Amino acid sequence: MRKNRNIMGIIKTKDLTFEYIRRDEDGNVEGITTAVDKVNLDIKQGDFIAILGHNGSGKSTLAKHMNAILNPTEGTVWVDGMDTSDESLTWNIRQTAGMVFQNPDNQIIGQVVEEDVGFGPENMGVPTKEIWERVEESLKAVGMYEYRKYSPNKLSGGQKQRVSIAGVLAMHPKCIVLDEPTAMLDPSGRKEVIRAVRALNDVEGVTVILITHYMEEIIHANRVFVMDEGKIAMEGTPREIFSQVERLKELRLDVPQVTLLAYELKKRGVKLPDGILTIKELADALTDLKCNTDTVKLSNL
Amino acid sequence: MSIILDHVNYIYGLDTPLAVKALDDVCLQIPDGQFIGIIGHTGSGKSTLVQHLNGLMKATSGSIYFNGADIYDEGYNMKELRSKVGLVFQYPEHQLFEIDVFSDVCFGPKNLGLDKKETELRAFDALKKVGLPDELFYQSPFELSGGQKRRVAIAGVLAMKPEVLILDEPTAGLDPKGRDEILHQIKKLQTETGMTIILVSHSMEDVAEYVDRIIVMNKGRVMFDDVPREVFRHYRELEDVGLAAPQVTYILHELQSRGLHVDVNATTIEEAVETITGALAEAGTVRYR
Repeated sequence: MRKNRNIMGIIKTKDLTFEYIRRDEDGNVEGITTAVDKVNLDIKQGDFIAILGHNGSGKSTLAKHMNAILNPTEGTVWVDGMDTSDESLTWNIRQTAGMVFQNPDNQIIGQVVEEDVGFGPENMGVPTKEIWERVEESLKAVGMYEYRKYSPNKLSGGQKQRVSIAGVLAMHPKCIVLDEPTAMLDPSGRKEVIRAVRALNDVEGVTVILITHYMEEIIHANRVFVMDEGKIAMEGTPREIFSQVERLKELRLDVPQVTLLAYELKKRGVKLPDGILTIKELADALTDLKCNTDTVKLSNL
Repeated sequence: MSIILDHVNYIYGLDTPLAVKALDDVCLQIPDGQFIGIIGHTGSGKSTLVQHLNGLMKATSGSIYFNGADIYDEGYNMKELRSKVGLVFQYPEHQLFEIDVFSDVCFGPKNLGLDKKETELRAFDALKKVGLPDELFYQSPFELSGGQKRRVAIAGVLAMKPEVLILDEPTAGLDPKGRDEILHQIKKLQTETGMTIILVSHSMEDVAEYVDRIIVMNKGRVMFDDVPREVFRHYRELEDVGLAAPQVTYILHELQSRGLHVDVNATTIEEAVETITGALAEAGTVRYR
Protein backbone atom coordinates (compact mmCIF):
# COMPACT_ATOMS: atom_id res chain seq x y z
CA MET A 1 0.00 0.00 0.00
CA ARG A 2 3.05 2.15 0.55
CA LYS A 3 3.15 2.76 -3.16
CA ASN A 4 -0.15 4.66 -3.20
CA ARG A 5 0.61 6.95 -0.29
CA ASN A 6 1.38 10.06 -2.29
CA ILE A 7 -1.13 11.39 -4.76
CA MET A 8 1.51 13.39 -6.60
CA GLY A 9 4.51 11.32 -7.62
CA ILE A 10 7.86 11.73 -5.91
CA ILE A 11 9.27 12.81 -9.26
CA LYS A 12 7.08 14.31 -11.90
CA THR A 13 8.10 16.02 -15.12
CA LYS A 14 5.94 17.93 -17.53
CA ASP A 15 7.23 18.51 -21.08
CA LEU A 16 10.78 18.50 -19.73
CA THR A 17 13.13 19.78 -22.43
CA PHE A 18 16.84 20.43 -22.10
CA GLU A 19 18.88 22.05 -24.82
CA TYR A 20 22.49 23.01 -24.86
CA ILE A 21 24.33 25.26 -27.22
CA ARG A 22 27.43 23.90 -28.92
CA ARG A 23 30.17 26.44 -29.46
CA ASP A 24 33.42 26.26 -31.42
CA GLU A 25 36.79 27.31 -29.98
CA ASP A 26 36.14 31.01 -30.48
CA GLY A 27 32.82 30.80 -28.71
CA ASN A 28 30.69 31.07 -31.83
CA VAL A 29 27.45 29.16 -31.73
CA GLU A 30 27.65 26.02 -33.89
CA GLY A 31 24.27 24.59 -33.18
CA ILE A 32 21.78 23.53 -30.55
CA THR A 33 21.40 19.98 -29.29
CA THR A 34 18.19 18.84 -27.66
CA ALA A 35 19.34 16.30 -25.09
CA VAL A 36 15.95 15.78 -23.49
CA ASP A 37 12.85 16.36 -25.58
CA LYS A 38 9.41 16.89 -23.99
CA VAL A 39 9.59 14.10 -21.44
CA ASN A 40 6.63 13.43 -19.18
CA LEU A 41 7.20 11.17 -16.20
CA ASP A 42 5.29 10.44 -13.03
CA ILE A 43 7.21 8.29 -10.59
CA LYS A 44 5.42 7.11 -7.45
CA GLN A 45 7.00 6.97 -4.01
CA GLY A 46 8.42 3.47 -3.47
CA ASP A 47 8.79 2.59 -7.15
CA PHE A 48 11.83 0.85 -8.59
CA ILE A 49 12.38 2.50 -11.95
CA ALA A 50 15.00 1.57 -14.51
CA ILE A 51 16.13 3.81 -17.34
CA LEU A 52 17.86 2.30 -20.35
CA GLY A 53 19.21 3.93 -23.46
CA HIS A 54 22.31 3.97 -25.63
CA ASN A 55 25.23 6.37 -25.07
CA GLY A 56 24.01 9.84 -25.89
CA SER A 57 20.29 9.00 -25.63
CA GLY A 58 19.75 11.59 -22.90
CA LYS A 59 19.33 9.36 -19.86
CA SER A 60 22.07 10.94 -17.74
CA THR A 61 20.87 14.42 -18.65
CA LEU A 62 17.39 13.39 -17.56
CA ALA A 63 18.75 11.98 -14.29
CA LYS A 64 20.59 15.22 -13.53
CA HIS A 65 17.25 17.03 -13.56
CA MET A 66 15.99 14.85 -10.75
CA ASN A 67 18.08 16.59 -8.12
CA ALA A 68 18.48 20.01 -9.66
CA ILE A 69 22.02 19.57 -11.01
CA LEU A 70 20.47 20.72 -14.27
CA ASN A 71 17.41 22.87 -14.80
CA PRO A 72 15.03 22.44 -17.71
CA THR A 73 15.22 24.76 -20.71
CA GLU A 74 11.48 24.28 -21.02
CA GLY A 75 8.90 22.42 -18.99
CA THR A 76 8.91 21.66 -15.27
CA VAL A 77 10.32 19.06 -12.87
CA TRP A 78 8.84 18.53 -9.42
CA VAL A 79 10.68 16.55 -6.77
CA ASP A 80 8.25 15.66 -4.00
CA GLY A 81 6.11 18.58 -5.11
CA MET A 82 9.02 21.07 -5.23
CA ASP A 83 9.72 22.84 -8.52
CA THR A 84 13.43 22.34 -9.28
CA SER A 85 13.74 25.72 -11.02
CA ASP A 86 13.11 27.45 -7.68
CA GLU A 87 16.66 27.96 -6.40
CA SER A 88 15.55 28.47 -2.81
CA LEU A 89 14.44 24.82 -2.80
CA THR A 90 17.67 23.34 -4.22
CA TRP A 91 18.95 22.10 -0.85
CA ASN A 92 15.66 20.47 0.07
CA ILE A 93 15.47 18.88 -3.37
CA ARG A 94 18.96 17.40 -3.09
CA GLN A 95 18.12 15.97 0.32
CA THR A 96 14.98 14.42 -1.08
CA ALA A 97 16.61 12.93 -4.16
CA GLY A 98 20.20 11.74 -3.68
CA MET A 99 22.47 10.78 -6.51
CA VAL A 100 25.14 8.09 -6.96
CA PHE A 101 27.53 8.26 -9.92
CA GLN A 102 29.57 5.79 -11.95
CA ASN A 103 33.03 6.16 -10.45
CA PRO A 104 33.24 5.50 -6.70
CA ASP A 105 36.64 7.17 -6.49
CA ASN A 106 35.13 10.52 -7.42
CA GLN A 107 32.54 10.40 -4.68
CA ILE A 108 34.38 9.36 -1.57
CA ILE A 109 36.12 12.12 0.36
CA GLY A 110 36.49 10.83 3.93
CA GLN A 111 39.65 9.16 5.26
CA VAL A 112 37.55 6.65 7.17
CA VAL A 113 34.37 4.99 5.91
CA GLU A 114 32.14 6.22 8.75
CA GLU A 115 33.36 9.81 8.39
CA ASP A 116 32.60 9.74 4.71
CA VAL A 117 29.06 8.54 5.34
CA GLY A 118 28.60 11.19 8.04
CA PHE A 119 29.62 14.02 5.72
CA GLY A 120 26.16 14.55 4.22
CA PRO A 121 24.13 14.75 7.45
CA GLU A 122 26.88 16.85 9.06
CA ASN A 123 26.55 19.41 6.27
CA MET A 124 22.80 19.43 6.82
CA GLY A 125 23.36 20.44 10.45
CA VAL A 126 22.11 17.19 11.95
CA PRO A 127 23.01 16.92 15.69
CA THR A 128 26.15 14.80 16.31
CA LYS A 129 24.37 12.00 18.15
CA GLU A 130 21.88 11.59 15.35
CA ILE A 131 24.65 11.69 12.72
CA TRP A 132 26.19 8.58 14.29
CA GLU A 133 22.82 6.85 14.41
CA ARG A 134 22.29 7.62 10.74
CA VAL A 135 25.79 6.47 9.82
CA GLU A 136 25.23 3.19 11.61
CA GLU A 137 21.84 2.46 10.06
CA SER A 138 22.99 3.48 6.56
CA LEU A 139 26.09 1.30 6.68
CA LYS A 140 24.00 -1.59 7.97
CA ALA A 141 21.48 -1.11 5.15
CA VAL A 142 24.18 -1.63 2.50
CA GLY A 143 25.99 -4.34 4.46
CA MET A 144 29.15 -2.30 5.13
CA TYR A 145 28.88 -1.75 8.90
CA GLU A 146 31.82 -4.01 9.71
CA TYR A 147 34.04 -1.85 7.47
CA ARG A 148 33.15 1.42 9.24
CA LYS A 149 36.70 1.96 10.58
CA TYR A 150 38.39 1.14 7.26
CA SER A 151 40.11 3.59 4.96
CA PRO A 152 38.04 3.73 1.75
CA ASN A 153 41.11 3.10 -0.40
CA LYS A 154 41.40 -0.38 1.12
CA LEU A 155 37.98 -1.34 -0.24
CA SER A 156 37.01 -3.03 -3.50
CA GLY A 157 35.01 -1.16 -6.15
CA GLY A 158 31.72 -2.75 -5.08
CA GLN A 159 32.38 -1.91 -1.44
CA LYS A 160 33.28 1.69 -2.27
CA GLN A 161 30.12 2.06 -4.29
CA ARG A 162 28.07 0.73 -1.38
CA VAL A 163 29.74 3.32 0.88
CA SER A 164 28.71 6.01 -1.65
CA ILE A 165 25.14 4.72 -1.45
CA ALA A 166 25.28 4.76 2.36
CA GLY A 167 26.50 8.37 2.18
CA VAL A 168 23.38 9.32 0.25
CA LEU A 169 21.17 7.20 2.48
CA ALA A 170 22.41 8.98 5.62
CA MET A 171 20.73 12.15 4.31
CA HIS A 172 17.40 10.26 4.55
CA PRO A 173 16.34 10.81 0.96
CA LYS A 174 12.96 9.65 -0.30
CA CYS A 175 14.50 8.87 -3.62
CA ILE A 176 17.90 7.76 -4.88
CA VAL A 177 19.08 8.15 -8.46
CA LEU A 178 21.93 5.86 -9.54
CA ASP A 179 23.69 6.67 -12.81
CA GLU A 180 25.47 3.51 -13.99
CA PRO A 181 26.65 2.58 -10.49
CA THR A 182 28.06 -0.77 -11.64
CA ALA A 183 29.83 0.19 -14.89
CA MET A 184 33.29 -0.06 -13.35
CA LEU A 185 32.77 -3.11 -11.13
CA ASP A 186 33.61 -6.81 -11.37
CA PRO A 187 30.78 -9.40 -11.34
CA SER A 188 30.64 -9.81 -7.56
CA GLY A 189 30.85 -6.03 -7.06
CA ARG A 190 27.91 -5.61 -9.42
CA LYS A 191 25.92 -8.21 -7.54
CA GLU A 192 26.66 -6.57 -4.14
CA VAL A 193 25.54 -3.15 -5.33
CA ILE A 194 22.36 -4.36 -6.98
CA ARG A 195 21.47 -6.40 -3.91
CA ALA A 196 21.96 -3.31 -1.70
CA VAL A 197 19.84 -1.19 -4.05
CA ARG A 198 17.03 -3.73 -4.06
CA ALA A 199 17.08 -3.91 -0.27
CA LEU A 200 16.77 -0.11 -0.02
CA ASN A 201 13.70 -0.29 -2.16
CA ASP A 202 12.07 -3.37 -0.58
CA VAL A 203 12.96 -2.79 3.06
CA GLU A 204 13.38 0.97 3.43
CA GLY A 205 10.82 1.95 0.80
CA VAL A 206 13.22 4.34 -0.90
CA THR A 207 12.26 5.16 -4.48
CA VAL A 208 15.02 3.90 -6.78
CA ILE A 209 15.84 5.20 -10.23
CA LEU A 210 18.54 3.04 -11.77
CA ILE A 211 20.33 3.87 -14.99
CA THR A 212 22.38 1.01 -16.39
CA HIS A 213 23.74 -0.73 -19.47
CA TYR A 214 23.49 -4.16 -17.86
CA MET A 215 20.15 -5.60 -18.85
CA GLU A 216 20.06 -8.33 -16.21
CA GLU A 217 20.20 -5.72 -13.43
CA ILE A 218 16.74 -4.37 -14.09
CA ILE A 219 14.56 -7.47 -14.19
CA HIS A 220 13.23 -6.60 -10.71
CA ALA A 221 12.17 -3.04 -11.61
CA ASN A 222 8.47 -2.10 -11.52
CA ARG A 223 8.79 -0.04 -14.63
CA VAL A 224 11.37 0.48 -17.34
CA PHE A 225 11.80 3.53 -19.53
CA VAL A 226 13.91 3.29 -22.67
CA MET A 227 15.27 6.56 -24.00
CA ASP A 228 16.27 7.44 -27.55
CA GLU A 229 17.12 10.88 -28.93
CA GLY A 230 15.97 12.54 -25.73
CA LYS A 231 12.52 10.98 -25.84
CA ILE A 232 10.93 8.06 -24.03
CA ALA A 233 10.94 5.44 -26.77
CA MET A 234 9.53 2.50 -24.80
CA GLU A 235 7.86 2.12 -21.44
CA GLY A 236 6.59 -0.92 -19.56
CA THR A 237 7.40 -3.74 -17.16
CA PRO A 238 10.71 -5.54 -17.70
CA ARG A 239 8.76 -8.42 -19.25
CA GLU A 240 6.96 -6.15 -21.69
CA ILE A 241 10.20 -4.41 -22.63
CA PHE A 242 12.31 -7.54 -23.00
CA SER A 243 9.66 -9.23 -25.14
CA GLN A 244 10.67 -6.84 -27.90
CA VAL A 245 14.14 -8.12 -28.73
CA GLU A 246 14.29 -6.65 -32.25
CA ARG A 247 13.09 -3.20 -31.17
CA LEU A 248 15.70 -3.10 -28.37
CA LYS A 249 18.44 -4.02 -30.82
CA GLU A 250 17.36 -1.14 -33.05
CA LEU A 251 17.83 1.12 -30.03
CA ARG A 252 21.40 -0.23 -29.58
CA LEU A 253 20.35 -2.22 -26.52
CA ASP A 254 20.16 -5.85 -25.62
CA VAL A 255 18.24 -8.29 -23.44
CA PRO A 256 19.53 -10.50 -20.59
CA GLN A 257 21.33 -13.58 -21.90
CA VAL A 258 18.57 -15.90 -20.68
CA THR A 259 15.96 -13.85 -22.58
CA LEU A 260 18.10 -13.92 -25.70
CA LEU A 261 18.54 -17.68 -25.42
CA ALA A 262 14.75 -18.18 -25.10
CA TYR A 263 14.26 -15.90 -28.10
CA GLU A 264 16.74 -17.89 -30.21
CA LEU A 265 15.16 -21.18 -29.14
CA LYS A 266 11.75 -19.83 -30.16
CA LYS A 267 13.11 -18.94 -33.58
CA ARG A 268 14.16 -22.57 -33.91
CA GLY A 269 10.60 -23.67 -33.25
CA VAL A 270 10.68 -24.41 -29.51
CA LYS A 271 7.33 -23.35 -28.01
CA LEU A 272 8.21 -20.83 -25.31
CA PRO A 273 6.39 -17.77 -23.95
CA ASP A 274 7.71 -14.24 -24.75
CA GLY A 275 9.84 -12.22 -22.37
CA ILE A 276 11.41 -14.90 -20.19
CA LEU A 277 13.49 -13.07 -17.58
CA THR A 278 15.03 -15.58 -15.23
CA ILE A 279 16.83 -18.90 -15.41
CA LYS A 280 14.03 -20.49 -13.40
CA GLU A 281 11.36 -19.33 -15.86
CA LEU A 282 13.27 -20.75 -18.80
CA ALA A 283 13.97 -24.04 -17.02
CA ASP A 284 10.29 -24.32 -15.98
CA ALA A 285 9.07 -23.67 -19.51
CA LEU A 286 11.49 -26.20 -20.99
CA THR A 287 10.75 -28.89 -18.41
CA ASP A 288 7.02 -28.35 -18.99
CA LEU A 289 7.58 -29.12 -22.65
CA LYS A 290 9.49 -32.22 -21.74
CA CYS A 291 6.90 -33.43 -19.18
CA ASN A 292 4.07 -32.95 -21.66
CA THR A 293 5.75 -35.22 -24.17
CA ASP A 294 6.49 -37.76 -21.47
CA THR A 295 2.75 -37.86 -20.67
CA VAL A 296 1.88 -38.15 -24.34
CA LYS A 297 4.32 -41.01 -24.69
CA LEU A 298 2.82 -42.77 -21.67
CA SER A 299 -0.76 -42.39 -22.89
CA ASN A 300 0.26 -43.83 -26.24
CA LEU A 301 1.46 -47.03 -24.64
CA MET B 1 58.07 -14.80 -31.55
CA SER B 2 56.14 -14.54 -28.33
CA ILE B 3 56.04 -13.26 -24.80
CA ILE B 4 57.29 -15.52 -22.04
CA LEU B 5 56.95 -14.78 -18.34
CA ASP B 6 59.25 -16.87 -16.19
CA HIS B 7 58.53 -16.94 -12.43
CA VAL B 8 57.59 -13.28 -12.30
CA ASN B 9 57.01 -11.73 -8.87
CA TYR B 10 56.05 -8.19 -8.09
CA ILE B 11 55.93 -6.77 -4.60
CA TYR B 12 54.51 -3.33 -3.80
CA GLY B 13 56.28 -1.48 -0.99
CA LEU B 14 59.19 -3.93 -0.86
CA ASP B 15 61.22 -3.65 2.37
CA THR B 16 58.40 -1.82 4.14
CA PRO B 17 55.93 -3.22 6.66
CA LEU B 18 53.19 -2.69 4.04
CA ALA B 19 54.68 -4.99 1.41
CA VAL B 20 52.00 -6.61 -0.74
CA LYS B 21 52.61 -9.35 -3.25
CA ALA B 22 50.78 -8.24 -6.40
CA LEU B 23 52.20 -10.92 -8.69
CA ASP B 24 53.11 -14.27 -7.26
CA ASP B 25 55.24 -16.62 -9.33
CA VAL B 26 53.53 -15.98 -12.65
CA CYS B 27 54.63 -18.20 -15.52
CA LEU B 28 52.93 -17.68 -18.88
CA GLN B 29 53.56 -18.18 -22.58
CA ILE B 30 51.79 -15.93 -25.02
CA PRO B 31 52.32 -17.10 -28.60
CA ASP B 32 51.64 -14.88 -31.62
CA GLY B 33 48.12 -14.33 -32.87
CA GLN B 34 46.12 -15.52 -29.87
CA PHE B 35 43.07 -13.73 -28.53
CA ILE B 36 43.43 -13.94 -24.77
CA GLY B 37 41.03 -12.81 -22.06
CA ILE B 38 42.30 -11.94 -18.59
CA ILE B 39 39.67 -11.99 -15.85
CA GLY B 40 39.91 -11.49 -12.10
CA HIS B 41 38.19 -9.42 -9.42
CA THR B 42 39.32 -5.89 -8.57
CA GLY B 43 42.77 -6.13 -7.03
CA SER B 44 43.55 -9.62 -8.34
CA GLY B 45 46.64 -8.41 -10.19
CA LYS B 46 45.41 -8.25 -13.78
CA SER B 47 46.37 -4.62 -14.37
CA THR B 48 49.74 -5.16 -12.67
CA LEU B 49 50.28 -8.13 -14.96
CA VAL B 50 49.54 -6.29 -18.20
CA GLN B 51 51.71 -3.35 -17.18
CA HIS B 52 54.63 -5.75 -16.90
CA LEU B 53 54.14 -6.89 -20.49
CA ASN B 54 55.22 -3.57 -21.96
CA GLY B 55 57.74 -2.70 -19.30
CA LEU B 56 55.74 -0.02 -17.49
CA MET B 57 56.37 -1.96 -14.27
CA LYS B 58 59.50 -3.92 -13.50
CA ALA B 59 59.26 -7.31 -11.85
CA THR B 60 60.80 -7.66 -8.37
CA SER B 61 62.16 -11.01 -9.53
CA GLY B 62 61.78 -13.30 -12.51
CA SER B 63 62.24 -12.67 -16.23
CA ILE B 64 60.16 -11.57 -19.17
CA TYR B 65 61.19 -12.41 -22.72
CA PHE B 66 59.77 -10.61 -25.71
CA ASN B 67 60.54 -12.28 -29.04
CA GLY B 68 63.37 -14.16 -27.37
CA ALA B 69 65.13 -11.19 -25.74
CA ASP B 70 65.16 -10.56 -21.99
CA ILE B 71 63.52 -7.17 -21.54
CA TYR B 72 65.45 -6.59 -18.31
CA ASP B 73 68.83 -6.91 -20.06
CA GLU B 74 70.96 -3.83 -19.85
CA GLY B 75 70.59 -1.74 -22.97
CA TYR B 76 67.29 -3.36 -23.95
CA ASN B 77 65.28 -0.89 -26.01
CA MET B 78 62.24 -0.24 -23.81
CA LYS B 79 60.93 2.40 -26.16
CA GLU B 80 60.73 -0.13 -28.95
CA LEU B 81 59.07 -2.65 -26.65
CA ARG B 82 56.36 -0.11 -25.83
CA SER B 83 55.64 0.50 -29.50
CA LYS B 84 55.50 -3.28 -30.13
CA VAL B 85 53.28 -4.02 -27.15
CA GLY B 86 50.50 -1.42 -27.25
CA LEU B 87 48.52 -0.83 -24.09
CA VAL B 88 45.09 0.81 -24.15
CA PHE B 89 44.19 1.93 -20.65
CA GLN B 90 40.75 2.02 -19.07
CA TYR B 91 38.71 5.01 -20.26
CA PRO B 92 41.38 5.86 -22.88
CA GLU B 93 39.20 8.67 -24.23
CA HIS B 94 40.25 10.74 -21.22
CA GLN B 95 43.67 10.93 -22.85
CA LEU B 96 42.48 12.47 -26.12
CA PHE B 97 43.74 16.01 -26.42
CA GLU B 98 44.34 17.16 -30.01
CA ILE B 99 42.14 19.57 -31.95
CA ASP B 100 40.94 16.95 -34.38
CA VAL B 101 40.71 13.18 -34.51
CA PHE B 102 43.36 12.75 -37.17
CA SER B 103 46.04 14.80 -35.35
CA ASP B 104 45.31 12.86 -32.18
CA VAL B 105 46.01 9.54 -33.87
CA CYS B 106 49.15 11.00 -35.53
CA PHE B 107 50.66 11.83 -32.13
CA GLY B 108 52.06 8.34 -31.44
CA PRO B 109 53.76 7.62 -34.78
CA LYS B 110 55.07 11.20 -34.91
CA ASN B 111 56.80 10.62 -31.58
CA LEU B 112 58.35 7.44 -32.96
CA GLY B 113 60.27 9.82 -35.24
CA LEU B 114 58.52 8.82 -38.46
CA ASP B 115 58.22 11.32 -41.32
CA LYS B 116 54.99 13.15 -42.01
CA LYS B 117 53.90 10.92 -44.87
CA GLU B 118 54.40 7.65 -42.99
CA THR B 119 52.75 9.13 -39.88
CA GLU B 120 49.66 10.15 -41.80
CA LEU B 121 49.44 6.86 -43.67
CA ARG B 122 49.53 4.99 -40.38
CA ALA B 123 46.95 7.25 -38.77
CA PHE B 124 44.63 6.83 -41.72
CA ASP B 125 45.09 3.08 -41.71
CA ALA B 126 44.48 2.85 -37.94
CA LEU B 127 41.28 4.87 -38.10
CA LYS B 128 40.04 2.63 -40.92
CA LYS B 129 40.85 -0.45 -38.85
CA VAL B 130 38.70 0.70 -35.92
CA GLY B 131 35.85 1.43 -38.32
CA LEU B 132 35.53 5.17 -37.72
CA PRO B 133 33.55 6.86 -40.53
CA ASP B 134 35.69 9.18 -42.75
CA GLU B 135 33.56 12.26 -42.13
CA LEU B 136 34.60 12.24 -38.47
CA PHE B 137 38.38 12.37 -39.15
CA TYR B 138 38.63 16.14 -38.92
CA GLN B 139 36.11 16.66 -36.12
CA SER B 140 37.14 17.54 -32.61
CA PRO B 141 37.48 14.26 -30.66
CA PHE B 142 35.43 15.81 -27.88
CA GLU B 143 32.30 15.99 -30.01
CA LEU B 144 32.17 12.27 -30.66
CA SER B 145 30.02 9.73 -28.81
CA GLY B 146 31.54 7.58 -26.06
CA GLY B 147 32.02 4.60 -28.38
CA GLN B 148 33.57 6.71 -31.14
CA LYS B 149 36.00 8.41 -28.74
CA ARG B 150 37.12 5.03 -27.53
CA ARG B 151 37.79 3.89 -31.10
CA VAL B 152 39.89 6.97 -31.73
CA ALA B 153 41.91 6.20 -28.60
CA ILE B 154 42.43 2.60 -29.74
CA ALA B 155 43.45 3.85 -33.21
CA GLY B 156 46.07 6.02 -31.49
CA VAL B 157 47.74 2.87 -30.19
CA LEU B 158 47.23 0.91 -33.43
CA ALA B 159 49.05 3.64 -35.36
CA MET B 160 52.22 2.60 -33.52
CA LYS B 161 51.85 -0.77 -35.34
CA PRO B 162 52.06 -2.95 -32.26
CA GLU B 163 52.49 -6.73 -32.53
CA VAL B 164 50.55 -7.18 -29.32
CA LEU B 165 47.54 -5.11 -28.36
CA ILE B 166 46.46 -5.05 -24.72
CA LEU B 167 43.09 -3.53 -23.86
CA ASP B 168 42.09 -2.86 -20.25
CA GLU B 169 38.29 -3.02 -20.13
CA PRO B 170 37.70 -1.46 -23.53
CA THR B 171 33.92 -1.68 -23.23
CA ALA B 172 33.30 -0.25 -19.73
CA GLY B 173 30.49 2.29 -19.82
CA LEU B 174 29.47 1.59 -23.43
CA ASP B 175 25.94 0.64 -24.45
CA PRO B 176 25.41 -2.98 -25.58
CA LYS B 177 25.65 -2.16 -29.28
CA GLY B 178 28.81 -0.13 -28.72
CA ARG B 179 30.20 -3.07 -26.73
CA ASP B 180 29.53 -5.51 -29.59
CA GLU B 181 30.90 -3.14 -32.23
CA ILE B 182 34.22 -2.60 -30.45
CA LEU B 183 34.72 -6.29 -29.69
CA HIS B 184 33.81 -7.23 -33.27
CA GLN B 185 36.33 -4.76 -34.59
CA ILE B 186 39.03 -6.14 -32.27
CA LYS B 187 38.26 -9.71 -33.29
CA LYS B 188 38.48 -8.70 -36.94
CA LEU B 189 41.82 -7.06 -36.29
CA GLN B 190 43.11 -10.29 -34.82
CA THR B 191 41.90 -12.54 -37.65
CA GLU B 192 42.98 -10.18 -40.43
CA THR B 193 46.37 -9.03 -39.16
CA GLY B 194 47.35 -11.89 -36.88
CA MET B 195 47.93 -9.44 -34.05
CA THR B 196 47.99 -10.89 -30.54
CA ILE B 197 45.13 -9.45 -28.49
CA ILE B 198 44.97 -9.41 -24.70
CA LEU B 199 41.62 -8.32 -23.33
CA VAL B 200 41.13 -7.49 -19.66
CA SER B 201 37.42 -7.74 -18.94
CA HIS B 202 34.77 -7.95 -16.24
CA SER B 203 32.18 -9.36 -18.61
CA MET B 204 32.15 -13.14 -18.60
CA GLU B 205 29.67 -13.15 -21.50
CA ASP B 206 32.02 -11.08 -23.70
CA VAL B 207 35.02 -13.20 -22.79
CA ALA B 208 33.14 -16.41 -23.55
CA GLU B 209 32.02 -15.06 -26.91
CA TYR B 210 35.31 -13.75 -28.26
CA VAL B 211 38.50 -15.19 -26.80
CA ASP B 212 40.47 -18.39 -27.52
CA ARG B 213 42.01 -18.62 -24.10
CA ILE B 214 41.22 -17.29 -20.62
CA ILE B 215 43.73 -16.49 -17.90
CA VAL B 216 42.09 -16.18 -14.47
CA MET B 217 44.03 -14.13 -11.93
CA ASN B 218 43.49 -14.41 -8.19
CA LYS B 219 45.65 -12.89 -5.46
CA GLY B 220 48.45 -12.30 -7.92
CA ARG B 221 48.55 -15.91 -9.11
CA VAL B 222 47.36 -17.57 -12.27
CA MET B 223 44.38 -19.60 -11.07
CA PHE B 224 43.24 -21.06 -14.39
CA ASP B 225 44.67 -20.85 -17.89
CA ASP B 226 42.64 -22.68 -20.52
CA VAL B 227 40.00 -22.44 -23.26
CA PRO B 228 36.71 -20.82 -22.15
CA ARG B 229 34.67 -24.03 -21.85
CA GLU B 230 37.28 -25.58 -19.57
CA VAL B 231 37.63 -22.46 -17.41
CA PHE B 232 33.88 -21.96 -16.93
CA ARG B 233 33.56 -25.61 -15.93
CA HIS B 234 34.96 -24.34 -12.60
CA TYR B 235 32.16 -21.82 -12.14
CA ARG B 236 31.80 -22.50 -8.42
CA GLU B 237 35.48 -21.75 -7.80
CA LEU B 238 35.19 -18.64 -9.95
CA GLU B 239 32.33 -17.41 -7.77
CA ASP B 240 34.45 -17.94 -4.68
CA VAL B 241 36.97 -15.46 -6.07
CA GLY B 242 34.45 -12.78 -7.01
CA LEU B 243 33.88 -13.87 -10.60
CA ALA B 244 31.14 -15.80 -12.30
CA ALA B 245 30.38 -17.79 -15.41
CA PRO B 246 28.24 -16.52 -18.30
CA GLN B 247 24.49 -16.78 -17.60
CA VAL B 248 24.37 -19.59 -20.17
CA THR B 249 26.44 -21.82 -17.89
CA TYR B 250 23.93 -21.45 -15.06
CA ILE B 251 21.00 -22.10 -17.37
CA LEU B 252 22.54 -25.32 -18.67
CA HIS B 253 23.37 -26.59 -15.19
CA GLU B 254 19.78 -25.92 -14.10
CA LEU B 255 18.44 -27.80 -17.12
CA GLN B 256 20.76 -30.71 -16.49
CA SER B 257 19.61 -30.94 -12.88
CA ARG B 258 16.05 -31.19 -14.22
CA GLY B 259 16.91 -34.17 -16.37
CA LEU B 260 17.58 -32.64 -19.77
CA HIS B 261 20.68 -34.08 -21.43
CA VAL B 262 22.46 -30.85 -22.31
CA ASP B 263 26.17 -30.15 -22.66
CA VAL B 264 26.83 -27.99 -19.58
CA ASN B 265 30.15 -26.77 -20.93
CA ALA B 266 28.68 -24.71 -23.76
CA THR B 267 29.54 -21.07 -23.11
CA THR B 268 27.87 -19.06 -25.88
CA ILE B 269 24.23 -18.54 -26.88
CA GLU B 270 24.86 -20.29 -30.18
CA GLU B 271 26.30 -23.40 -28.51
CA ALA B 272 23.50 -23.38 -25.93
CA VAL B 273 20.80 -23.26 -28.61
CA GLU B 274 22.38 -26.28 -30.31
CA THR B 275 22.67 -28.39 -27.19
CA ILE B 276 19.18 -27.50 -25.91
CA THR B 277 17.42 -28.18 -29.23
CA GLY B 278 19.43 -31.39 -29.43
CA ALA B 279 18.37 -32.46 -25.95
CA LEU B 280 14.73 -31.60 -26.63
CA ALA B 281 14.75 -33.57 -29.87
CA GLU B 282 16.24 -36.50 -28.03
CA ALA B 283 13.43 -36.22 -25.46
CA GLY B 284 11.02 -36.23 -28.43
CA THR B 285 9.57 -32.87 -27.45
CA VAL B 286 9.74 -30.67 -30.47
CA ARG B 287 10.49 -30.71 -34.08
CA TYR B 288 12.70 -27.86 -35.07
CA ARG B 289 14.10 -26.44 -38.25
